[in-house]
Amino acid sequence: MSNIFMIMFTAILTQNFIFSRFYGCCPFLGVSDKPSTALGMGMAVTFVMTLSSAATYAVYYYLLVPFGLEYFKTIAFILVIATLVQFIEMFLRKFVPVLYSALGIYLPLITTNCAVLGAALVNIEEGYSFIESVVFGCSAALGFTLAICIFAGVRERLNFADPPKAFRGFPLLLISAGLAAMAFSGFSGMRF
Amino acid sequence: MKKSISGIFKEGILTNNPTFVQLLGMCPTLATTTSVVNALGMGAAVIVVLAFSNLFISLLRRIIPKQVRIASYIVIISGFVTAVELLIKAYFPAINKALGLFIPLIVVNCIILARAEAFASKNGPLESFCDGIATGIGFTLALTCIAFVRELIGTGALFAAADGSGGVQILGAWYKPASIFLMPTGAFLTLGCLIALVQKIQYSSEERARRKKIELDAIDGGFHETLMRDPDTGKIVRRPAVAEGPGPEQTAAEEPAAPETENTPEPAAEQGKEDA
Repeated sequence: MSNIFMIMFTAILTQNFIFSRFYGCCPFLGVSDKPSTALGMGMAVTFVMTLSSAATYAVYYYLLVPFGLEYFKTIAFILVIATLVQFIEMFLRKFVPVLYSALGIYLPLITTNCAVLGAALVNIEEGYSFIESVVFGCSAALGFTLAICIFAGVRERLNFADPPKAFRGFPLLLISAGLAAMAFSGFSGMRF
Repeated sequence: MKKSISGIFKEGILTNNPTFVQLLGMCPTLATTTSVVNALGMGAAVIVVLAFSNLFISLLRRIIPKQVRIASYIVIISGFVTAVELLIKAYFPAINKALGLFIPLIVVNCIILARAEAFASKNGPLESFCDGIATGIGFTLALTCIAFVRELIGTGALFAAADGSGGVQILGAWYKPASIFLMPTGAFLTLGCLIALVQKIQYSSEERARRKKIELDAIDGGFHETLMRDPDTGKIVRRPAVAEGPGPEQTAAEEPAAPETENTPEPAAEQGKEDA
């Protein structure tokens, strides 16, 4: 149990996907202009990442390992994730239209989100069990959601800032992200 | 729209640099630039994957059906990524350890998919191969610039091996390494400042081009007074002929006599005085 708690704490705070491991920086910088969009993206990622952690675990240990095809994992995982995203999209459109209208536009973007593939690969690398993999996928995605929502709030304030011309746009975002990362690196001293 | 090979290289490396201009592929850019050697290793892996995936996508561009093209591209790209990953694991284990999961994650690097979609699916194999190499070199150069700054400020040395040993001490013993530049914060700050620098260069070259145009127009026979700022684009354009004016000469003669209106661009007027 303490092991599960440690995985959650590490994934959300000390090894935050954005601010410490740099997985998923593209959507982090791209879709964080409004808190509502950021939350939608975060929820879509949480949904997909939890399911994909389970699916890739099953594919790796029940399909690739018995046939000695571990070196195929990158190709296999990206295909599993792409198929899963497609299925989730179809399922939601048919059965949960409310959720589909909230998350729909973010789902296709998730296939090429390196956080999802990154989580699947970390699970294998760390040798997590099935439960641990699912917990890790879910909490890493929650860490992503936390980071993207905090940053969307910061960005709303940045709209009123008046930086030097050269710093307008992307550089300003990166520097604010750097300051946020500094805050998150405060957690890295905490060990269990 | 055929492009020359040298044009492709200039575009990929400088004018359309994937990192500094197109702002693509931020994850590896931020994560693998703690040392110059790591950056070069990552860059080399991306060059190989980009060149070969571009080549093969270009060769297969007439066979792949439009509806499933993205999925096909991803399969082709992940094939090459797996090959590169295994090669690096076998021959450069230290680099593999330092880059970690960012080698398999080249699969979802937006630069590669962007070049496949925007270039290789529309151009011939040779051009696509060159475009892959050029974009890869542009990416490597950008990564090396960032890593140079971070490693120099963060450790005071340069070119340390991937396992952290060796390295050429650049700054003397008086220098206290600011290790925050090796931390994630340093990655964001360095990249932000470098992109700001690139934007500064872009703005000042645009400004120079604009001034030069005004200057030339002025030398060109005093027609600078007929220029105006286009209200939509903000660019300097020729003032459209007044409707009742019978001809261009008339318009040109009339305009300088008119008092300075809001439309008259300030720099143009100043430039004209200096020239006079």
